[in-house]
Amino acid sequence: MTRPVGAASHGAEAKPRAVDGRAPDVFSRDGTVAMREYRDTDEVDFAIVGTGCGGGVLAAKLAEAGFSIVALDAGPFWRPLADFASDEREQDKLYWLDERISAGDDAIELGSNNSGRCIGGTTVHFQMVSLRFRPEWFKARTKLGYGVDWPVDWRTMWHYYAEVENACKISGPISYPWGPPRGRYPYRAHEVNAAGLVLARGAEALGVAWSPTPLCTVSAPRGKSPPCVYRGLCKLGCSTNAKQSVLIAFIPRALAAGAEMRDLAMVGRVETDRSGRATGVEYHRDGKWRFQRARNVIVSGYSIETPRLLLNSAGGRHPHGLANSSDAVGRYLMVHSNHAVWGEFDEEIRWYKGPPSMACCEHWNYNDDDPSKDFFGGYSFMSQGPLPTDFATSMVTNSGVFGIDLRRRMALYNRMAGLKIVGETQPQAENRVTLADEMDEFGIPRAHVNFSYCDNDKRLSRHSLSFMKRMLGAAGGRNMFETESTAHLMGGCRMGFSPDDSVTDADGRTWDVPNLFVCDGSLMPTAGGVNPAMTIMANSARIADRIKAMAATGEL
Amino acid sequence: MSTPFRNPYPTYDVLDKWDSPSFNDQTREVIARRLDQVPPRRFFDAIQWATLAAVCDRVIPQPERRFDERVPIAPWLDADLYEQRGNGTRYAEMPTDRAAWKQGLDAINAEARIRHGLHFAALSPGAQDAILKAVDNGETRADGAWTGLPPKRFFRHLVLKEIVNIYYVHPAAMSEIGYGGPASPRGYVRLGVDAIDSWEAPRGQWSGERDE
Repeated sequence: MTRPVGAASHGAEAKPRAVDGRAPDVFSRDGTVAMREYRDTDEVDFAIVGTGCGGGVLAAKLAEAGFSIVALDAGPFWRPLADFASDEREQDKLYWLDERISAGDDAIELGSNNSGRCIGGTTVHFQMVSLRFRPEWFKARTKLGYGVDWPVDWRTMWHYYAEVENACKISGPISYPWGPPRGRYPYRAHEVNAAGLVLARGAEALGVAWSPTPLCTVSAPRGKSPPCVYRGLCKLGCSTNAKQSVLIAFIPRALAAGAEMRDLAMVGRVETDRSGRATGVEYHRDGKWRFQRARNVIVSGYSIETPRLLLNSAGGRHPHGLANSSDAVGRYLMVHSNHAVWGEFDEEIRWYKGPPSMACCEHWNYNDDDPSKDFFGGYSFMSQGPLPTDFATSMVTNSGVFGIDLRRRMALYNRMAGLKIVGETQPQAENRVTLADEMDEFGIPRAHVNFSYCDNDKRLSRHSLSFMKRMLGAAGGRNMFETESTAHLMGGCRMGFSPDDSVTDADGRTWDVPNLFVCDGSLMPTAGGVNPAMTIMANSARIADRIKAMAATGEL
Repeated sequence: MSTPFRNPYPTYDVLDKWDSPSFNDQTREVIARRLDQVPPRRFFDAIQWATLAAVCDRVIPQPERRFDERVPIAPWLDADLYEQRGNGTRYAEMPTDRAAWKQGLDAINAEARIRHGLHFAALSPGAQDAILKAVDNGETRADGAWTGLPPKRFFRHLVLKEIVNIYYVHPAAMSEIGYGGPASPRGYVRLGVDAIDSWEAPRGQWSGERDE
């Protein structure tokens, strides 16, 4: 029903591939692996909506624990070796390109900026930066005086960070400069590219620490994954399978343990019975609407699709949307500010080689007492390696440059380097996802997204621009300029301590519907100043273990 | 503006790697289609098409290339809209992309008629640039033509963004900036400063530009 985007998709966008008891073998060009299948009328233990950092991790862990699982995803089931081209335009097929409406004083860019639409979710095209939250952020309100506390202890999360870092064989440095000690990363750090060495040079000139970025692509062979060859097109999907996306690291585990994956399956509603309990999901696949029965439903569609689905499931005992008695569904949506400073260098940096962010600095996530710090929360920043259209679009949308001037500035591509933040924004009730009046082609109301920065958010990004300008200048950058954007999504169905102001408890279980869970980035009560993938995956691994424990004691 | 474009990598052509391990089958398929199957006009009317072609020429002027060697941009924009490819974002103050493009090109043409009594496509490059800069600054005169379409948002987030999205995926554009281009299965070995693999562009010719 959604139009194919790719020219080299080999039918993956047009017709489901996980059918007839077989699913694509992601390590092959055209092979399959065995897949257990359920009928729509089978009441499975869990129907999981979404297969990224939330649903993909859960599907693997719950299937391995013996539960019957059907995991549905709106997007295709790719075989990266055959389906992924080295081409920015072709690989638009990885994103959620259906129209969403973006509003607010600082309306955010969606699409390629922060969405995924395939088995494996956004991790298929994420840039693999694998950082942990600062421990105090889990008690941001109590210890640092802003935002809210998480209903989870940092030591518990620390345990699960280690689990998912091992599951993804993160390649990282022997010692990491910030935060409490962590174990050794499973694989050695990658050689830092020239773009990363610019950050290192600047950090050393200013006397702050820097580190090779822990990355989710292997530095040595792992099973059927070869080591990273530094092709640098990570944001377009890894065509060699070095990247340990959820598609590569978790989906094969889920299939081997008996989970069923349904690709090109768009879920439109979670159904509930007269008592208010979830009974299954209504979904569209292969040209028709169907209904999968389930004892429990887990929504893992990320910060826009998860609230959209819950809101669209209103009815009966849930007139304002499912799990929404608090009116918190869709609210407290956060992004990371993604402001950057760019400069020209005498050397050829050639930032297109290697993963885009090979060096990072978390100085401003941990340094509370600096007199210049005039904001709550924190930011990290990384070295940059934008591909040509990515760099060109950020220049033209920020400055309006065009003509020969634009071509001349783009011709300096190989001599550019940049620093870009992942800046924490505050949870605000009015930053939210609602349903628009107009429908998409499935007849489901489109998502309407409202976002505005608060004053603290603006102080944080101003501080970061001034600091990064000093650092890039100290590294030798000239003719520097700034750009603004956002990255990532967090919140929208936050977990908390009370049904008054949150959607779920600490286990991701919705306060209103005992057999309905949320498990993805929308649970995050605060955003932190680091890329969220590892935090979402660690939280999902934790929730999987909580579900297993609850099942064992009859609490499900 | 009168400075011609100088390619720092005149001897480099990313297509020279076509038969090398830097290109895999699916990438060859995608790029061959881009080079050989330029789509026909199906979405815009003839006047909008002429305006769009003129706008593309001002956003990415290609005076150093023969007409038949110029990177085609308008046909791909037309195809995206005809096929409703989408980009995932509609800003709330904007119409749909399909409506915005038609109205916006008509409005640019209306600016040309109000200021010069001519179609935009008939104006001199300097007059065309002045109109595009006015649109970017929100200094429009054909006010009725822009009702419901914020000029700056239209110009930056649709016109400029989509034009560079198409131009900089063309092999000629990759080559002129010295970008490595397709890289699969072979990636790169030399990652350091000024370190260049033999299958990359040779060092750029930068003389005289160091202190610009």
